[in-house]
Amino acid sequence: MLGYIFKRVLYMIPTLFGMSLISFLIIQLPPGDYLTSMIATMSDSGQAVDPAQIERLKEIYGFDDPFYIQYLKWIWGIVSRGDFGHSFEWNQPVSGLIWGRMGSTLVISLLSLLFVWIVALPIGIYSAVRRHSIGDHVFTFFGFIGLAVPNFILALVLMYFAYRYLGQSVGGLNSPEYAEAPWSLAKVGDFLAHLWIPIIIIGASGTAALIRVLRANLTDELHKPYVITARAKGLPEYKVILKYPVRIALNPFVSAIGWVLPHLVSGVTITAIVLNLPTAGPLLFRALVSQDMYLAGSFILLLSALTLVGMLLSDLLLALLDPRIRFN
Amino acid sequence: MSTHETFGTYSGPVHTVADGPSISPLKAGKTVSTATVGPWRLIAGKLVRQKVAMFAGAVILILYLIGLFAEFLAPSLPSTSRPQYTYAPPQGLSFFVTKPDGSTEFNFHVKGYKVEIEKVALRRTFVVDDTKVVPIGVFVKGPRYELWGLIPMDRHLIGPLNPNDPMYLLGADRLGRDVFSRLVYGTRISMSIGLVGVAMSLVLGVVLGSISGFYGGWVDTVIQRMIEVVSAMPTIPLWLGLAAAIPLTWSPVNVYFVITIIVSLLGWTSLAREVRGRFLALRSEDFVTAAMLDGSSEKRLIFRHILPSLTSHILAVVTLAVPTMIVAETSLSFLGIGLKPPVVSWGVLLQDAQNIRTVATAPWLLIWPSLAVIVAVLSFNFFGDGLRDAADPYDN
Repeated sequence: MLGYIFKRVLYMIPTLFGMSLISFLIIQLPPGDYLTSMIATMSDSGQAVDPAQIERLKEIYGFDDPFYIQYLKWIWGIVSRGDFGHSFEWNQPVSGLIWGRMGSTLVISLLSLLFVWIVALPIGIYSAVRRHSIGDHVFTFFGFIGLAVPNFILALVLMYFAYRYLGQSVGGLNSPEYAEAPWSLAKVGDFLAHLWIPIIIIGASGTAALIRVLRANLTDELHKPYVITARAKGLPEYKVILKYPVRIALNPFVSAIGWVLPHLVSGVTITAIVLNLPTAGPLLFRALVSQDMYLAGSFILLLSALTLVGMLLSDLLLALLDPRIRFN
Repeated sequence: MSTHETFGTYSGPVHTVADGPSISPLKAGKTVSTATVGPWRLIAGKLVRQKVAMFAGAVILILYLIGLFAEFLAPSLPSTSRPQYTYAPPQGLSFFVTKPDGSTEFNFHVKGYKVEIEKVALRRTFVVDDTKVVPIGVFVKGPRYELWGLIPMDRHLIGPLNPNDPMYLLGADRLGRDVFSRLVYGTRISMSIGLVGVAMSLVLGVVLGSISGFYGGWVDTVIQRMIEVVSAMPTIPLWLGLAAAIPLTWSPVNVYFVITIIVSLLGWTSLAREVRGRFLALRSEDFVTAAMLDGSSEKRLIFRHILPSLTSHILAVVTLAVPTMIVAETSLSFLGIGLKPPVVSWGVLLQDAQNIRTVATAPWLLIWPSLAVIVAVLSFNFFGDGLRDAADPYDN
C-alpha cells in the first residue's frame, strides 16, 4: 500500500508541473503588464512618473526577463518561501490574500460533495431497485434538469424565488449584522441558513450525474447470479440489496470524487461570483478583470491543485476499498 | 480494397458485388444481388425507434433553422431600442376581437399597453391594455435587413401591420428592445458557437487520440499526461483566465473566434480519450492485422480501416460535447468576459438578468434566455444518448 501511495504521489508531479505551466501562461497572456497600465493611469491622472522608480519595479518583477526565467522565478518563490508573487491591485503579497478564500472554497466544495453523496445514494439505490417506477421517472426527470441547467442560471432562479417569495436577499455567507462579528453559535446558525442555497446550486449537477452512475452500476449488479442466490437462500430483501450489490456499486461513488471535485470547484467559482460568496471565485474574477495576473494565476494554480489532491484521495480510497487495484 | 482482392492464386472470373460481403461466386455471368443493410442504415433504423432522441433531434434542427433565418423570423432588429417601452411586459397573441355589438371577428392581434403610475414608488409601469388592439400579420413589411448579410429584404414572418406599433411577444428590456427578436438572433450565435467549437475539438481530439492510440509508447504517455492536466483543471477558472486575456479593443468577430477556440481547447480531451481507447481495442482486431499484412501504409490503416469504424461513435461523443460548449459561452458572456454587447447571444441576454431587482421587475429577462439554454442542452443530451445507443452494435 505504501508503495502504491508513493507511486501515486510521484505521478502527480508532472501533472502539477503542467498545471503550473498553464497557470503561468495565463499570467503572461494579457498583452502588456500591470506595470504598463499602472504607468498609463498615473500619467493620465497627471502624476509624475519617475523613470528610476519604473526601472526598479521592472527589476524586481523581472518584466524584461524571458518567459522561462520569469516562470522559474515564480515557481521557485512558491516552492521555497510560499511566495506567489505580488498583487498589484491590492498592493500586498498574493499569499496574504488567497489562503482565507481557498479555505472557504474548500469548505463549500466538501460540504457540496457531502450533499451530493447523501442525496445521490438513497435516490440511486431506489431508482435501480424500482426501475421504471413513477418515482424513478420523476428522479430521472429532475436528474436531467439538474444536468442541463448551468450553475449560474440555477443561482439566478433560486435568488429570484428567494427574493420574490421568501423576502430574503440571497448573497454572501452571513447576514450583514454578523459579517464583522466574531464566531458564535448565532453566527454559525446564520451561516448555515445562508449556506443551503449555494450548496444545492453547486451540488445539483454532480448529484444528477452520480445518481445516473449509481443506477446504471447497481442495475448491472442486481442481475448477477450471486444476488439470485442470496435471494433464493431466503435473505431478507434489504440485506440482499444493501449488503452485496450496493457495496460493489459504491466503488464508482468513491472514484467519483475524482471527477466530481473539479466540477464542484468549477461550480463554486461561478456560483460564488453570482451570489457574492467570500470564496476564491469573486476575487479571481476581479483579479482577471483588472488584470492583476499574479493573483489570478495563483488562484487558478491552487484550485487546480485542489482538484488534483481530490483525485489522489479518491484513488487512495479506492485502493483501500478494492484490493484488485492495490495489487496491480 | 479492389487491389487487395487479387491476392492469392484464384484465376477464375472475379465477381464484384457492389455492396455487401464478397461471397463465393455462383455461375459465371450471373450477377448476384444480396440484400444487405449497411451500418449507417442500421444505426438510422435504431435511432428512429427512440422517440425521445428523435424528438430532441427535431428540436435541435428547429433551433438551427431559427438561427439560420434569424433576420426573417425576428419581428424587429435586435438593436432597435424604444426607450418609451422600457420593461414592457409580454403580450399574448390572440386571433379574435369582440366587436361592440357582441359578435366576434377574426383579427390577428396583440394587446396594446397603457401606462400606470405606481402609487408607492411613483414609477411608470406598463400593463397590457385589453381594450387596445394592435393588428399584426404574417409576412409583413418591417424594418429592412440583409439576410445573411447578403440579400436585402424587409419581410418578416410575423410583425405588427403598422411598423410603429409596439409588439413585444416576450417583453422588452431596459432599452425597450424586443426580447423575442434578441432571443432569435442570440440563437444563431449561441448554437453556432457550439457547432464551430465542437468541430475544432473534433479535429484536435481525433488527431491526438489516434496518434496516441495507434503509436503508443512515449507519444502516448506524453499525450495522456497532457489530457490529464487539462481535464483535471477546473474548467470555469481556466475559461475565465483565458477569456480575460482578450483585449477589449478587438472586433466582435475576433472575439467570437477566440471564445470558440477557448471553449474547444478544453473540450477535446474526452474525445481524444475515447478515440484512443477505441484505437487500442481495434489495433489488435483481425481486420487491421490483415490490412497490415496486405501492406497498407500507416496512413491507410488509420484513415481507411480504423477511423471509419469509429465514426458513429465519434458522432455520438461529439453531440454530447456540444452542450458543454454552449454552457461555456453562456457562462463567459454572462460574466461579461465572453461575447460583448453589440453581439447578441444567450449569455449576453442573461447579462441583463444579473441584477436581482431587475429580474423582479422583468422576470422575462431571466426566463426566456435560460429556457433557451436549458432546452438546447437537454436536446443535445437526449439526442447524443440516443445516438450512442444506436451506434453501439452489441446492444439489444
